[in-house]
Amino acid sequence: MTKLDSKIPKGPLAEKWTNYKAKQNLVNPANKRKVDVIVVGTGLAGGAAAASLGELGFNVKVFCIQDSPRRAHSIAAQGGINAAKNYPNDGDSVYRLFYDTVKGGDYRAREANVYRLAEVSNNIIDQCVAQGVPFAREYGGLLDNRSFGGALVSRTFYARGQTGQQLLLGAYSALSKEVNKGSVEMYTRREMMDVVLVDGRARGIIVRNLVTGELERHGAHAVVLATGGYGNVFFLSTNAMTSNGSAAWKAYKKGAYFGNPCFVQIHPTCIPVHGDYQSKLTLMSESLRNDGRIWVPKKKEDAERIQAGTLKPTEIAEEDRDYYLERRYPAFGNLVPRDVASRAAKERCDEGHGVGSTGLAVYLDFKDAIERLGKHVIEARYGNLFQMYEKIVDENPYETPMMIYPAIHYSMGGIWVDYELQTTIPGLFAGGEANFSDHGANRLGASALMQGLSDGYFVLPYTLQNYLADQINVPHFETDGEAFDAVENEVQGTIDKLFAVNGKQTVDSFHKRLGLIMWDHVGMARNKEGLEKAIKDIITLRKEFWTDVKVPGEKTGMNVELEKALRLADYLELGELMARDALDRNESCGGHFREEYRTEEGEAMRDDENFTYVSAWEYMGEDTPAKLHKEPLIYENIEVKQRNYKTA
Amino acid sequence: MGKSYIYSSVTKKVIMSLVGLFLITFLLVHLTINLLLLFDPTRELFNVAAHFMGTNPLIQIFQWVLFGGFALHMILGVILQVQNWMARPKGYKKKAASEKSLFSRFMIHTGILIVVFLVIHFSDFFIKAKFLGEIGEIVYNGHHYEDMGLLVIEKFQMLGYVIFYVIALLILGFHLDHAFQSAFQSLGVNHPKYTPFIMGFSRFLAIVITVGYIFIPLFIYLK
Amino acid sequence: MNINLTLKIWRQANQDAPGKFVDYPVENISTEASFLEMMDILNEELVAKGEEPVAFDHDCREGICGMCSLFINGRPHGPDDSITTCQLHMRKFKDGETIVIEPWRAKPFPVIKDLMVDRTAFDEIIQAGGYVNINTGGVPDANAIPIRKENADLAMDAASCIGCGACVAACKNASAMLFVSAKVSQFTLLPQGKVEAHERVENMVAKMDELGFGNCTNTYACEAECPKDISITNIARMNREFLCAKVS
Repeated sequence: MTKLDSKIPKGPLAEKWTNYKAKQNLVNPANKRKVDVIVVGTGLAGGAAAASLGELGFNVKVFCIQDSPRRAHSIAAQGGINAAKNYPNDGDSVYRLFYDTVKGGDYRAREANVYRLAEVSNNIIDQCVAQGVPFAREYGGLLDNRSFGGALVSRTFYARGQTGQQLLLGAYSALSKEVNKGSVEMYTRREMMDVVLVDGRARGIIVRNLVTGELERHGAHAVVLATGGYGNVFFLSTNAMTSNGSAAWKAYKKGAYFGNPCFVQIHPTCIPVHGDYQSKLTLMSESLRNDGRIWVPKKKEDAERIQAGTLKPTEIAEEDRDYYLERRYPAFGNLVPRDVASRAAKERCDEGHGVGSTGLAVYLDFKDAIERLGKHVIEARYGNLFQMYEKIVDENPYETPMMIYPAIHYSMGGIWVDYELQTTIPGLFAGGEANFSDHGANRLGASALMQGLSDGYFVLPYTLQNYLADQINVPHFETDGEAFDAVENEVQGTIDKLFAVNGKQTVDSFHKRLGLIMWDHVGMARNKEGLEKAIKDIITLRKEFWTDVKVPGEKTGMNVELEKALRLADYLELGELMARDALDRNESCGGHFREEYRTEEGEAMRDDENFTYVSAWEYMGEDTPAKLHKEPLIYENIEVKQRNYKTA
Repeated sequence: MGKSYIYSSVTKKVIMSLVGLFLITFLLVHLTINLLLLFDPTRELFNVAAHFMGTNPLIQIFQWVLFGGFALHMILGVILQVQNWMARPKGYKKKAASEKSLFSRFMIHTGILIVVFLVIHFSDFFIKAKFLGEIGEIVYNGHHYEDMGLLVIEKFQMLGYVIFYVIALLILGFHLDHAFQSAFQSLGVNHPKYTPFIMGFSRFLAIVITVGYIFIPLFIYLK
Repeated sequence: MNINLTLKIWRQANQDAPGKFVDYPVENISTEASFLEMMDILNEELVAKGEEPVAFDHDCREGICGMCSLFINGRPHGPDDSITTCQLHMRKFKDGETIVIEPWRAKPFPVIKDLMVDRTAFDEIIQAGGYVNINTGGVPDANAIPIRKENADLAMDAASCIGCGACVAACKNASAMLFVSAKVSQFTLLPQGKVEAHERVENMVAKMDELGFGNCTNTYACEAECPKDISITNIARMNREFLCAKVS
């Protein structure tokens, strides 16, 4: 029996959400007080959901891994947030935003979810402005828009290069307001260790207090996971150091299906890797592609001299530069979607045209934009990004082109959820990057912020009520029952086991090795042979980890190495599932590029006949391979066609 | 703990700055009168002014306002400083000077030294004139005046006293250099157009007051 | 280029334990590495030796989350301007140098472990009023309220605060005025925030005082060390707002 019911409401696409809201169950104000909700994570989705649920009157407990909810990694999003406001009068509409998102996702996202996302996008902007988010404005006092990859309209609202920060601080302020009111209880420096099921429903979580090392039990009528993505499985990514996939993985092991694990996004504009001690990669906003032109030397010998440090990019004549995105994709040029831009960069570098000391970089050049607009305009638009680049690389991007290279950035895959954002475990919901829902096989720029806030402010507060409506008579949860005992013992068992290994190698050394396996075989370009090797290597590495990892320190009190080891233990399993999923998907789509499946021109080749489905993986136990369930994707409102960014 | 505060931190700072600005006006009046002593061998202008300041009923009342101002400025200054020390019970091993207003770091120190100076200054002049009556008389146009001017001149012919006085006034200058512009900031006056002027004027005022006061003992001593 | 260094690091087992400085030599550090990567290298060596690694806060490592908080050679976020610790690179140090690394020091920021401090006090200040009191839904269209570009830009300047606490760490009085005033300013400059401007500034200042932060004596060290260049004009604006609130 398959549990995959996407619960998409009946009726025409544009009316589905309205109809759902009209017919859904609600909880009356007096009863909301009787109901507890746990929200894990305080990024855009979690912060917004917790605040909104608190406003409605639910008792909310919210957990974050950092010292403050204001630091969730949503804060690092730079470029902007999309909405179908059509303020610039350039032809945007809810349908067009929906269409671009489905197309950008390479037709692997659920129509109804994406349409809802586009629909509420406008409410998000209104909400954020009302909160005092200082979006960029025109001299007339109205909001400004910029354009972003994968769209022919300007629909991106932004706050300098710090849009994610400003939106997150907006959600954080709303959350703080509710904490002050007493409707939300805030737990910081806590990491979710597992979810607790009672009679098949999610009824609580076990968290580890990162300061004291104690395991704590928290019960509730429903649990929302808004714990972000799992990009750090690659070790090097643009994710924050504590961003991890463990909450999602624990939910998976308790019965929630995992959707499209192989869909991860490689962001084309990151600062290239510079050494083996490197801890993370830094993103340069995609908005830079509005004015920057991407190129590599046309001649291999020029590239080689640049790599050797004997030639400067500024010394290469215009005709010896290959603006390969403009050449290959005349309609979208430098603004092609992220997956396309990333692969094109890899292709050039693999051909030996890469720059930088490693040859794994391409140029992002602002010379023309500075000549056309003046340095002050570029400074106003990207000043903080240029400054950031200079601090890291020690080169002035106003004078010499920036060097960029693709890096792991976002996971489109995640916990499988239905239209209500409920997982296959009743009472367990997932929002934001943690779920798989809206971006298909590739996410467009400025859409992550949109999805996080959409889930948090406008979807979860409704759909949760639909679930909670019949829970009002269930009393507040006691956490001393058998179910909690069992899960806490399990968690404690894992911790004890980690200490018991007492091996020789550090956690990070294992993580770096896992990262290399993932990057080489489950990264930008994948093939059957490589994926099979990856699975084998990961299994070997996992065994080695459990026999030779060294976790120093004590079980009690703060122990950062233990935290890292716990997360890595999950990555060592998740990585394998990603490879299995990639192996199953015998096609190329979005961020998933299988070298065996490409057109003669080298573009990704989808197989719509056989793969227009969501892969939802079910955990079957430690030594049994995960079971694949397929949720067919049905396109009724959009014509599925090969993505084309060469002509409009 | 919070409820025991009568005034918030900002209110205390506002009072500090208002009183401080008032004290600066006193310094200017005092300096003007002192300067009357120069270039006037008869000391008439100075002595008449001093007499006026010592006897005019309005000034007598105002004098207490001034004393109150000093006291308030000192008490608040100490309270603020003690709270500031309490806010960092454990200090740094290595601390760079990040402060942009140089003398802001030493306001409590310069403040305490100024109080010490004031005590000595008071016992030398004010108390003698007011309570001890140890000052000789002088007659201008048939009216009797205390010859405060002579007392000043006698004091300033002692090298040690001049040096002490000059040092004390330099310290006052350091205090003022930060104080004037800082008062405006505390009162909420900070504007890209006007603040550079206030900053400049603050330094100018500190220099004028310090140089003006120092000029007097040096002039008398060297004459 | 690679350099060798001696690190003098504050070690403290937990909030109640006494702490002390411990010297650690590190060798062969690339000047291209970031400061935190250098700390990672040290920690890897410590773990390999079976010792406890040095605990320090960090997360996004791109200068925006505000988590990193090291006091390096006498300056919050170390010897460079307008950066966070994670953006500091080893090219700012000389071969053979001794680097003193301390936690933020302030009564409201107790040390949790080693170089980690508890900055919950900042959250408490925001909870006292650092928001616009509206709920989700039922708000006007985003373009219904035109806002002067200059004010929107000033609000953005103030709003770019990352809440790292460098201002408190740098201030000789451990005053939080720059942090508080940045939030007060952001909302004061926008019509959305004007509505409850008076209550906000009074409540936030009261909370700040209650938590035991020091008083502002206008040394402007906060502005000098702020990684996001938040201006002290925000403090003046807050003083002004506070006065208006008190006298009205």
